[in-house]
Amino acid sequence: MLKILKYSFYDLMRSRWSYVYLAFYLLLGIVLLFLNNDLSKAVITLMNVIIILVPLIGTIFGVMYYYNSKEFTELLLAQPLKRSSIFLGQYLGVALSLSMSLILGLGIPFIFYGLFKSNAIWDFSLLLITGTFLTLIFTALAFNIALSNENKIKGFGYAILLWLLLAVVYDGLFLMTLIMFEDYPLDKLSLVGTMLNPIDLSRTLILLKLDISALLGYTGAVFKQFFGTNFGIIISFITLTAWVLLPVLRIIYKSKKKDF
Amino acid sequence: MKHICYFLIAIFMANLSIAQTKEVCKTCPISSLKDGIKRAKDFDTIIIKKGTYKEHDIVVDKPLTIIGKDYPIIDGELKGEIITIIADNVTVDGLFIINVGTSYTEDYAAIRVRKSKNFIIQNLVLEKLFFGIYIEKSRDGKVFHNKIIGDAVEEYNSGNGIQLWYSKNVEIEHNFVQHVRDGIYLEFSDDCLIKNNVSTLNVRYGLHFMFSNDDTYQDNTFEKNGAGVAVMFSKRIKMYNNIFKKNWGTASYGMLLKEINDAEITGNTFEDNTIGINIEGSNRINYKHNTFTNNGWAIKVKGACYTNKFTENNFLYNSFDIAYNSNVNDNEFDKNYWSNYTGYDLDKNGIGDIPYRPVKLFSYIVNRTPETIILLRSMFIDIIDFSEKVSPVFTPDDLLDNNPKIKKLTW
Amino acid sequence: MVTIENLHKKFGKNQVLSGVNLSITNGGIFAVLGPNGSGKTTLIKSVLGMVIPDKGTITVLGNSIKKNSDYRHKIDYLPQIANFPSNLRVKELIKMIKDLRKPTNEDERLIKLFKLEPFLNKKLGNLSGGTKQKVNLVLTFMFDSPLIILDEPTTGLDPISLIRLKDLIHAEKAKGKTIIVTSHIMSFVEEISDEIVFILEGEIYFKGSITELKNKTNQPDFEHAIASILTENHA
Repeated sequence: MLKILKYSFYDLMRSRWSYVYLAFYLLLGIVLLFLNNDLSKAVITLMNVIIILVPLIGTIFGVMYYYNSKEFTELLLAQPLKRSSIFLGQYLGVALSLSMSLILGLGIPFIFYGLFKSNAIWDFSLLLITGTFLTLIFTALAFNIALSNENKIKGFGYAILLWLLLAVVYDGLFLMTLIMFEDYPLDKLSLVGTMLNPIDLSRTLILLKLDISALLGYTGAVFKQFFGTNFGIIISFITLTAWVLLPVLRIIYKSKKKDF
Repeated sequence: MKHICYFLIAIFMANLSIAQTKEVCKTCPISSLKDGIKRAKDFDTIIIKKGTYKEHDIVVDKPLTIIGKDYPIIDGELKGEIITIIADNVTVDGLFIINVGTSYTEDYAAIRVRKSKNFIIQNLVLEKLFFGIYIEKSRDGKVFHNKIIGDAVEEYNSGNGIQLWYSKNVEIEHNFVQHVRDGIYLEFSDDCLIKNNVSTLNVRYGLHFMFSNDDTYQDNTFEKNGAGVAVMFSKRIKMYNNIFKKNWGTASYGMLLKEINDAEITGNTFEDNTIGINIEGSNRINYKHNTFTNNGWAIKVKGACYTNKFTENNFLYNSFDIAYNSNVNDNEFDKNYWSNYTGYDLDKNGIGDIPYRPVKLFSYIVNRTPETIILLRSMFIDIIDFSEKVSPVFTPDDLLDNNPKIKKLTW
Repeated sequence: MVTIENLHKKFGKNQVLSGVNLSITNGGIFAVLGPNGSGKTTLIKSVLGMVIPDKGTITVLGNSIKKNSDYRHKIDYLPQIANFPSNLRVKELIKMIKDLRKPTNEDERLIKLFKLEPFLNKKLGNLSGGTKQKVNLVLTFMFDSPLIILDEPTTGLDPISLIRLKDLIHAEKAKGKTIIVTSHIMSFVEEISDEIVFILEGEIYFKGSITELKNKTNQPDFEHAIASILTENHA
């Protein structure tokens, strides 16, 4: 698997998309830090980028890579290699190269800005960690979609739909549910609702650093307990890990069943 | 005329010779403060040497200057009130007073001033107290540079650090109060000046006004209190250059204004509070040159508030700038800097070309269903906020800052 | 060497294989023939484990292929259409495949044989179909495995290369290997194969030598024999 990961990674490093992605993040980081000159504002913008753009790019790029590397996959399938290692290798290749672009692209401008000397390093690390998680999750979901759909157009359609669903529609439904049942105790429901969507979960994790004062201005013991302690952070990361593992397991399962 | 002058001088000299200094120490002829007071004449000075004096119910009934040398300890052994001043022109300086008795029926204080004038209470350290310094029906005094450290946990069985009741023209300066119920509490007390105090970690409020008019508080710091400052049912209060910080918690705030009229709020800093200022039924207040940073809500307006003016304030990275629970507005926002402003300034006059709308639809939703706060900063919320911005339905449509500043204001 | 029992495979509604039974002995060249869409490639891919059968068992060298994929190290497979990652160079591709499977020096001889030296530094996307097929052949024959499966090996090859391919196949056979070939070029099949497996509508229609086939169909030559099977069945 590591060998396939290596070749997928090399393959991606050759493709110009990785550089476009890297350049985008570099530019964003530079613009945010050096033209804006305001770290707090930069972190808010970064959060928006991470919870909206990272999943989008992860899904699109994942689906695109799968369809574009069909030949490579076929070549590998003709070799005496385990199927799960072929697809896991490819998946990790994409996910890691995307994560690397994210970490380098945003990290380099921040290091030049003097991140290591500032207090923002933990907040910033949290941003990058959640960004990496989201990349891993959405690339895995993209591979699932691609594995289940031979038709490229259909695959892309589903990928966009998935992103739209988790990034926008879910929150709309969530909001409506909360308003509809406002007469009932809602804190558990809202926590569960957040946990079920990796984008919401990541957003909440970042909010804990950004808007803690607003979040605490609200009554609800469950909420406070969750946000006030490390318990919440640990649960959140466990859930994020589950969100990575489940689609990956499905990749393995699906790849074993599929005919080529 | 000359004779009269000589006579006066003679009286003055006589007085000087009468005003003596008495020393109190464990091995002295006078070994207790009570004894010292008993033996002292008017305008004498009592110097208390270092040591522990287990006394309570000390009544100062004549004009005296009581000075502690190297912080002698007056230990009330939890038996009740420790020092009560009932004469004018009393000065108490440099004592370490501990163990005030706790009672549910009487407000025992470490030091109480009752119906007196021209008192000075300074350089005291108070610990293990119920009430700290209690000024009752007194006027023209000074409470200066005291340190009050309580151990309050609950509201019902704790007292206030510095309390003024029916008092006038008292200056409270450079005090340090923490872990009591209210750091400083004023009830029916007018024309007082509260300056340069630090009031932190108190169970209820850092500073609390009730039915008190024409007071000024400035250059104080209120940090990590149950709530910063509560100003209630008072008129013409001036609030200058105070810092309200980290007053966190469910429904906690930097400052509460309730039924307040004609106040001036200038140059204050509100940072990291759940709510910066919570305003209820307050009218004709000028907010100028204040800075609101990283609060959950910079300003929360409840109920009818008329003719308040918010000019040239900085609103920086608050989760919500303004929250309203109605859609009528009679308040004015002008020339503020809003970090959330996304407009442009084509004519380069430093003022944004399109007005800023500080009330978001989402803040209205959160008011209604608090749990929805979990969706803060999600894309869906941004979308509905945007649509509300374009055509306001739920939020007051005339609530606008027509001249939003492009750059952060400095004064 | 390879035993297939009661193999069924359906793609959607399309029943491709319906109960194939086939046993291929050690040594020799076996040609799998049949009209387009008869299931030749599916049969081969089933053996390779690339297609998962609905029903039936396949054993290769005595091991059921369901248990694990180690048996595939004993197979060299030439895929039908040589699709390679287009931004890879020929040299890199060969190096990569060697890295993925096992080290070998056979590739140098094969590169010389097919005269691929001038193309080694070219990107695969820029190669002609025939050249790609030669690269494909190099990749297949460079590992010395007891079972060789060739899916349409002649596609795009020029006559000289075709001769070299035949020589290569014969040489491998001489080493005692088992070779399974599918092809549409009847002359090629006739020339190299020891035994024919004819698949028709998802079943084995005929298995035996070319002479047996000629006798069975009463046709003087191989091409006509095949044609007669097809016309009989379609009539």
